[in-house]
Amino acid sequence: MTMRRFNWPLWVGFLLTLVAFITYFAVFVWFPFTRDFPWANLLIFLIAAVLVVMGVRRGFAPDRSHPTRSKVVTSIVAAVSVAVLGFFVFIVFVAARWLPPSKGAPQVGQQAPEFSLTDTTGKQVSLTELRTTPIDGKSPKGVLLIFYRGYW
Amino acid sequence: MDKFKAAGIRPVAISVDSPEVSRNLAQQAGYTFTFLSDPNTEAIRRYDLVHAGAGENGHDIARPAEFLIDSSGTVRWINLTENYWIRARPEQVLEVANLLK
Repeated sequence: MTMRRFNWPLWVGFLLTLVAFITYFAVFVWFPFTRDFPWANLLIFLIAAVLVVMGVRRGFAPDRSHPTRSKVVTSIVAAVSVAVLGFFVFIVFVAARWLPPSKGAPQVGQQAPEFSLTDTTGKQVSLTELRTTPIDGKSPKGVLLIFYRGYW
Repeated sequence: MDKFKAAGIRPVAISVDSPEVSRNLAQQAGYTFTFLSDPNTEAIRRYDLVHAGAGENGHDIARPAEFLIDSSGTVRWINLTENYWIRARPEQVLEVANLLK
């Protein structure tokens, strides 16, 4: 039977592992709910892991038509799946925490350090201007400074 | 975005990107707020947010952080994330913003 020879849980599990990895950066990172903790992706990884384990059992079963080749292929696919999961955990939970402590950052209640930088039209803009220039004719209540990594 | 405007808050994004890169980003994403360019990490250093060598070719960049500053120039709220996938949500900021005079 062809279905018996084709180890579908292994390959579907492997594909799902890739899907779990890619969709975090492509889809789920855009929604705070699925970004702050990647539960959606970990759920897909879990389903993928179950399928890969099923696939490994199948791949190592004695009734394979090419037992040695089956074992080699199964081992490689399973190892790559584990590596993808490991890489995901590394990027999202480990490397993302390599941030400077920023102990010298201004604290609540302190005066915000003044600066003057270029905007997208080439104009110099200072913090004082930002917090005093009216918004729709009304004086602003505050300025939200958002520092980000940028695209270099 | 309109909620910030209604709350009297001016969002300002700061990075080491050049004005051109920021302009493209703002246009593509449809952002209408101010983008400031800090290629020499002048302001980023003053706020102690330099992430040394974390950019392309070992360039210094800013670590993600948000500061709410009131009209007198006093810091009212800060967010220094420990994981760069986790950022402040607009609702959090608006909650604090509504307490400002």
